[in-house]
Amino acid sequence: MVNLRYFAWLRERVGTAHEEIETEAETVADLIEELKARDEAYAFAFSDVTAIRAAVDQELVDLDAPLGGAREVAFFPPMTGG
Amino acid sequence: MEVRVQSEPFDMGAELTRFAAQTEGAGAIVSFSGITRDLASGDLTRMVIEHYPEMTEKALTKIAEEATARWSLTQCFILHRYGEMAPGDPIMMVATAARHRAEAFAAAEFLMDYLKSRAPFWKKEVTATGETWVAARDEDETALNRW
Repeated sequence: MVNLRYFAWLRERVGTAHEEIETEAETVADLIEELKARDEAYAFAFSDVTAIRAAVDQELVDLDAPLGGAREVAFFPPMTGG
Repeated sequence: MEVRVQSEPFDMGAELTRFAAQTEGAGAIVSFSGITRDLASGDLTRMVIEHYPEMTEKALTKIAEEATARWSLTQCFILHRYGEMAPGDPIMMVATAARHRAEAFAAAEFLMDYLKSRAPFWKKEVTATGETWVAARDEDETALNRW
């Protein structure tokens, strides 16, 4: 089981802040494709992957990063701190 | 080195005084404070900052460690708020201390550049007519290339 977290407008578009899923996806990008195939809300939320950032087990990663034995994957828009 | 994430407002003068008392050997202190900016229209009711609680402190610590490794800082401080801010409220501050000012200035700029686009915070502007997520600026991403 992988815990998925969503933040900011991505959270609003998928309609949930977190969920637990089973996945065979090998990379973060594969997981995004899997999520997009679910329904229109996910397809819309992830439609522009250049606007998506990801963290695996709370570390920022590139979208081609392997999922390995990830316990938590988070998706969010580019950060706007400071 | 100190990293703090909180929802409560803070007093930047008091924080800076406290910081200055922990910078033995320093000849220079640089600080920067980010303030909740009103919209050009003057319509901002409040700003809401969302964050990723389990990751935020780790990400900030990593950025502070990187700055401490690059410049010989005698002290380094990052404070960032989340939750609701009123226009004019302080959002965050960084402070750096070093023997000489060049290092303190460079490290503070580095901290700010990384905080902008590598710390898991997202700002939303709320007005009487609606709310808008603040978009990241391309300049913020390219600013990282200079380090």
